[in-house]
Amino acid sequence: MMEILEGSHAVAEAVRLCRPQVVAAYPITPQTHIVEALASMVADCKLDAEYICVESEFSALSACLGASAAGSRVYSATTSQGLALMFEVCFNVAGMRQPIVMTIANRALGAPLNIWNDQQDSISLRDAGWLQFYAEDNQEATDLHFIAYRVAEDHRVLLPVMVCFDGFILTHTYEPVDIPSQEAIDAFLPPYKPVNILDAKNPMSLGMYATPDYYMEFRYEIDQAQKRAKEVFAEVGAEFAKQFGRDYSGLVEGYRLEDADMAFIAMGSICGTVREAIDEMRAEGKKVGLLKIRSFRPFPSEEIRAALSGVSKVAVLDKNISLGQKGAVALEVRDALYGSEIDVKGYILALGGRDVRQADIKAIAGLLEKGEGDQFFGLRTEVL
Amino acid sequence: MTEECELFECGHRACGGCGPALAARLILKATGENTIVVASTGCMEVFSTPYPETAWKVPWIHSLFENAAAVASGIEASLKKQERDEHVVCICGDGATFDIGMLCISGAFERGHDITYICYDNEAYMNTGIQRSGATPYDADTTTSPAGKCSTGNPRPKKDLPAILAAHGATYVATASIAYPNDLIKKVQRAVSTHGPNYIQVHAPCATGWGFDGSQTIAVGRLAIETGLWVNYEMMNGEVERVRKVAHRKPVDDYLSVQKRFRHLYRPGRNEDEIAKIQAIADANAKKFGIDLNVVKEE
Repeated sequence: MMEILEGSHAVAEAVRLCRPQVVAAYPITPQTHIVEALASMVADCKLDAEYICVESEFSALSACLGASAAGSRVYSATTSQGLALMFEVCFNVAGMRQPIVMTIANRALGAPLNIWNDQQDSISLRDAGWLQFYAEDNQEATDLHFIAYRVAEDHRVLLPVMVCFDGFILTHTYEPVDIPSQEAIDAFLPPYKPVNILDAKNPMSLGMYATPDYYMEFRYEIDQAQKRAKEVFAEVGAEFAKQFGRDYSGLVEGYRLEDADMAFIAMGSICGTVREAIDEMRAEGKKVGLLKIRSFRPFPSEEIRAALSGVSKVAVLDKNISLGQKGAVALEVRDALYGSEIDVKGYILALGGRDVRQADIKAIAGLLEKGEGDQFFGLRTEVL
Repeated sequence: MTEECELFECGHRACGGCGPALAARLILKATGENTIVVASTGCMEVFSTPYPETAWKVPWIHSLFENAAAVASGIEASLKKQERDEHVVCICGDGATFDIGMLCISGAFERGHDITYICYDNEAYMNTGIQRSGATPYDADTTTSPAGKCSTGNPRPKKDLPAILAAHGATYVATASIAYPNDLIKKVQRAVSTHGPNYIQVHAPCATGWGFDGSQTIAVGRLAIETGLWVNYEMMNGEVERVRKVAHRKPVDDYLSVQKRFRHLYRPGRNEDEIAKIQAIADANAKKFGIDLNVVKEE
């Protein structure tokens, strides 16, 4: 049913439809509306879950780990400092192969304290073993949760997922969102069937310590599962498209790339702005397109190479920076395109919520044409 | 007792005379097999679960150093949702309990989860090589509270964690010792049959970390009780119910002088001032819990 919903509430509706049995979360701006909405659903008997009001994000994800290990489908949500506090648990959850789904309302990391959007938080956890999906709008943020549980719980994968959507820009924006019926989601997402759980009838030890004789194979297995997640994502996305008419089967998604000689690469809500700018530039005769990255983990290197085969210049828009290096997406795109003739330039922008408009995207296209890049964009030099 | 099926198996890699290993064995005798154990990082985790081997014949999970109580919260919620009835029992060291895990424990106890949290208290970070924790007793020599020319060892008394957790509204709080195995088993049985949160702190002497021969673990544990430096008691809903009395309380020297962690108090000569302070701690314990059987009550 189409409803006008705040992004956070749309995500909460999606989570409700996924029937998590345990929810553990802690309030933090701009994620709070999600967990408030879920608490209300539990209070009103609209969501039949154990809701654990934890004392920190660290405990939120720790409780989720325990709940998942005992065989329940679980959910959490956080952002920024909260995700940073979960750092240690994040690696643990992936290492123990628990298919937890967690929403990230992307936000900058302090200092200085900043509650606004960029993607430094989840990007900084790219090595934790979690799958990371980025939503462009609230419909996609909603739908990616259904897909996330399916991919996470698939026995070929068994890895946790972060569904990332931009703080405030999406979390606090009202948009029309089609919320599927419970029957439709039940048909798409069956109850969780765990593989190894804590069970007195079949005792096993989880989270043991592994010496150098064994540790590396555990890491290898996670990497293999990440790679298998690509085909599972495509499969599940195609199934979702068939049932609901919205296609997320691509780890990347192209826009007007067919005859483009210049392309933008971006993740999240900024893609909407880039699409508009591309339409304007196309009207001015410029052959530009967009390649949106929907899955940052697993990273779609082959898909990027294939999508950009006809392009000569690429501008990567990074809402994050690996300080002392470059933006994380630009670095990985360069790796994906290693050996090709494509000129890849990175632009660090929108950190801490600085607004990016169509005119800015067009200005970046101008810089790329002149061969200028690998720089911050939109710096206020007067305050430096 | 020893002929029953052991749920904590032999063949693990603990040191000879390990107090915590004995604690684990006794705890599982009490809980029975319908139990899920949540462990913290530490000696016990390392010596009992070197992949692909495990000493645990009940379901067991270790996540991190400091999050056992939070993991247990999630397990308890998960079991409740699935209408399962396993006991959820944390077995964690004192570093994980008194120090780094306090936030998670405080949260779990405040929320009132039906869990039993057992701390095997060997009074320092033994796994990393005997560093001071909030459970380390006054004047103990550890690698981060070393005795020296201007130090007599750990400068602070042991944190009163049972009182802190009783103040959180814990249903059942008890202290126990591996030197009194039947008492320990009864307390664990009482805990797992009482709706939690419950806390048991088990005195678990560490031969390696405290510096005594591994054949003396039980004797050292008994001396702690007999000197009043460790008191075994039970609290229900915040009130002290039962206390182990001592007929003829021994001077603290009997306990201190058999452990290398206190030997600086006797070299070159007996450190009268410091030992008097430790005796005062024992006397205060005795008075607070009324453990002395042979004392005429003051008018």
